[in-house]
Amino acid sequence: MSRLTDAHVALAKEIIGRYPRPKSALVLLLHLAQEQDGYITRDAMVHIAELVGVTSAEVYGTATFYEMFKFEPVGKYVVNICGTMSCALMGSEELMHHAEQRLGIKAGGTTPDGMFTLEHAECQAACTEAPCLQVNYRYRYRLTPADLDALIDDLLANRLTHEIPPHGTVAKVRQHIPSHHGVGVVAPESVTEPPVWLNGKAAL
Amino acid sequence: MSTTESHNETDAVIDPNAISMTINGKVVAARKGEWIIAAADRTEDFIPRFCYHPRMESVGMCRQCLVEVEGPHGPMMVVSCMTPVAEGQVVRTDTDIVKRIQEGMIELLLANHPLDCPVCDKGGECPLQDQAFSHGPGESRYVEEKRHYEKPIPISGLVLLDRERCILCDQCTRFADEVAGDPLITFTHRGNNTQVMTFPDEPFASYFSGNTVQICPVGALTAEPYRFKARPWDLQQQESTCTTCSVGCRTVVQSSYDEILRYQGVDSDPVNWGWLCDRGRFNFQSTNSPNRLATPLVKTDAGLVPESWTVALDETVRVLRHARPGSIAILGGARGTNEDAWAWAQLADLLGIEMRDAQLDDGLPAEIFGYPNATIDDACSAATVILLAPDLKEELPVLYLRLRGAAEKKKIRIIEIATHDSGLTRYAWKSVMHEPGQQAEAVQHVLSTPEMQEQLSRGAVVVVAGRSNLAEAAHNTMAAVDAIVTTVAQVSVLPVLRRGNVRGALSLGLAPRMSTDAAAILEASANGKVDCLILLGADPLSDVPDADLARRGIAGARYIIAIDTFLNKSSVHADIVLPAAAYGEKDGTTTNLEGRVTNVVQSITPHATSRPDWMIAIELAALLGNDLGILTLQDIQTRITETVVGFDGLSVSVAVRKNGVLISTPPISPLQVHQDEIIKRNAYEFRLVVARKLYDQAVATAMSQSLAALAPGAGVFVHPLDLERVGAKDGSSVRVSNNAVSVILPAHASTAVMRGTAFVPFNQQGVDIRELLQTTNGVTDVQIANI
Repeated sequence: MSRLTDAHVALAKEIIGRYPRPKSALVLLLHLAQEQDGYITRDAMVHIAELVGVTSAEVYGTATFYEMFKFEPVGKYVVNICGTMSCALMGSEELMHHAEQRLGIKAGGTTPDGMFTLEHAECQAACTEAPCLQVNYRYRYRLTPADLDALIDDLLANRLTHEIPPHGTVAKVRQHIPSHHGVGVVAPESVTEPPVWLNGKAAL
Repeated sequence: MSTTESHNETDAVIDPNAISMTINGKVVAARKGEWIIAAADRTEDFIPRFCYHPRMESVGMCRQCLVEVEGPHGPMMVVSCMTPVAEGQVVRTDTDIVKRIQEGMIELLLANHPLDCPVCDKGGECPLQDQAFSHGPGESRYVEEKRHYEKPIPISGLVLLDRERCILCDQCTRFADEVAGDPLITFTHRGNNTQVMTFPDEPFASYFSGNTVQICPVGALTAEPYRFKARPWDLQQQESTCTTCSVGCRTVVQSSYDEILRYQGVDSDPVNWGWLCDRGRFNFQSTNSPNRLATPLVKTDAGLVPESWTVALDETVRVLRHARPGSIAILGGARGTNEDAWAWAQLADLLGIEMRDAQLDDGLPAEIFGYPNATIDDACSAATVILLAPDLKEELPVLYLRLRGAAEKKKIRIIEIATHDSGLTRYAWKSVMHEPGQQAEAVQHVLSTPEMQEQLSRGAVVVVAGRSNLAEAAHNTMAAVDAIVTTVAQVSVLPVLRRGNVRGALSLGLAPRMSTDAAAILEASANGKVDCLILLGADPLSDVPDADLARRGIAGARYIIAIDTFLNKSSVHADIVLPAAAYGEKDGTTTNLEGRVTNVVQSITPHATSRPDWMIAIELAALLGNDLGILTLQDIQTRITETVVGFDGLSVSVAVRKNGVLISTPPISPLQVHQDEIIKRNAYEFRLVVARKLYDQAVATAMSQSLAALAPGAGVFVHPLDLERVGAKDGSSVRVSNNAVSVILPAHASTAVMRGTAFVPFNQQGVDIRELLQTTNGVTDVQIANI
């Protein structure tokens, strides 16, 4: 489908400029692509490969390592219900079952209207708040089936847009580090002495 | 006469890098920086391994080579492919704990590996199978279901991947990245489902993909041309030399039931390091082609009809006898063996043939051998390599691998002088791009820039010299080479002429006499001065850059005698066609671009009635009443070593069967270099670059069904901005014309092409660009118009 937009290409170039080697920016650019389309398109990977000077196979090899990069379209909201120990004890199976009923899909599926993708998740490190889930990686704690219904209603009614952006958006605040504000990139091979903080002369 | 050994082993000087260690109690001499496994490989103690390859970086991926090393806290297990040797190191590879760990590793690897050996192509030559027997536990404790993937998926037109069999040793992916520089396959879905994959729907389109099949330690990668053709134990094999191009890679030719089934690369230290290109590896299919010539053909009113050898040879003798003195010409000979070339040169001498040329106006004059010679190793260890050559990745792929590897490891600095980006451009220290015909200025730039001068004074300089542009006269390149050689100190030349045995043929008597080269011969033929044109495996209508000259030359010859494996564009016009034995069907020796003589072997009987070229020449000589006293190949080899200057080393026959023997080339009197006045651009705004791609319509490629489809086809490549200026779109048709002729070609945008120039691949299916080439011009200017 789509390559990166011109605005995203400009941002991509800024990000690439932060590193001594262009390919170091690869994962950040994958996030950018996922933010743009909700998932990582084939064309976006080809485009990123051109931008950082590697083959598209190498981009694919890196991208597929990460569970959270999607290569097929997913819903606007990806709901991850934790199923590990604490949550399982506190009723996550029931929660999942309810979600499947309510959305009419099985775990792993996407609703026909493209709004929701339901997924099983391993421990989300909120065991004290079990059972928990994430919507686009934003937490919801101690959910009952009724809470889940309310959450889905809110999402459908766009009442949570301020809090939960569409899938792929990492953060609302975008960090801009123009090159003249950067620390200055030095390629590893051109480094001749240890960094200041390691040479024992730095003021501690 | 010089041999390939560069180090004198008997030197009494103590080597500061020498190390003494013990492996299983035996003292082993090693060198600093070596891995334990490499040192152990020189002993009787075999360490099992899957991911280790001596020509690639170690990764310690498979853990099979764990051995015990005595450490400060007692024995410890280390991966021997990633642990360097050390003075006094104590290594044990045969203790119970080592045995148990190695058995455990095999058990783990087999946890998911299917036991489908009976239907696996690798069965019988499989390192996993072999080492499961020699170092495995015999039984597995795993009862779980094995991992399943879709059975073999094609990752290119030549290679298939069975992910179930893969043990993730990283050899193929490392080769693609590290050696070939084409990282088009990589590990994907790392974790539980790690697998080797290409980018979705993008083939592993590497010129070197066949090597991954050869080094795969399991049957995960198989080559389409060999799949299910034979079992390894049914193969007969002999070591030989590939003659597809002039690099001369060492190979093993494997055959069964009188049919060649596979070539494998052999690690020859001075040449190919075990690698082959796909064209060389898979073009054996052409030898088995049903289109091969079976019997001699003689022209009658009904066209070419099959005849017996007796009739055809008698007819040939009649033609040769009745030719006016000085009116016989020989073109070709570069595709045969040294012995073929020598025998034909003898026949030529006998008949007083002055017109002879092993090249077809598409190389450089034989005087290029007169400069101080460099070997491939010299080039890969020089301080500076100057490329004045065609794209080596396209024409001499394994030489490209060697130079690329040396540049990547920062052993050499490449200065490229070229008209368009080549495979080596991204590895070049400096690329000096110039318009066709402007080599002189580019060379002057290289010789006069302080930075370059400083680089050139740093040590040995090797000029890699070949014909980079067929739309431009060869003497431009010769002048450029000469300018460098006469200016730079410590300089030598590696001539990169392309055809398999071109150097052998030129050195053994088929070089032009008195500058009467192929172009001059064809011109003479066009003017009715050639009564008999002998095409020795040559196809001027396909290979001579000037199509019009080739056509007039072929049309003007009174008689044409073709000796070839196939009927080609030119030999269909012949009066007599004699079927020749192909590569793999005859013994002999060949000379590579360095002047290295190695042997080629006969693995199968020649197709139908075909005969080796040398036999035809000797027989013709006898029929002409001049028995040369040659009965066998050995007779010829003896005569070559006795009579041909430089080939005396051939008698070192053992070396010829291994790394080869370098011939010495007597210095040839310096060439009278001249350079054309470069014509000013006129309305013809594009200056043409015509060069070969790896896959073209060459007979061995076109007749190999696995390779034929890989040729890119005809087209014209121009810079995107130029394409825009012409008003054409990428992929649309344009008219390419000079003042006389115009052809229509699909246009492609390419930033590899300089602005104001147009690149057209040579000898491709489709419209023939050669219609626009005229050797009389120094350069070729064309106009490109949108239609």
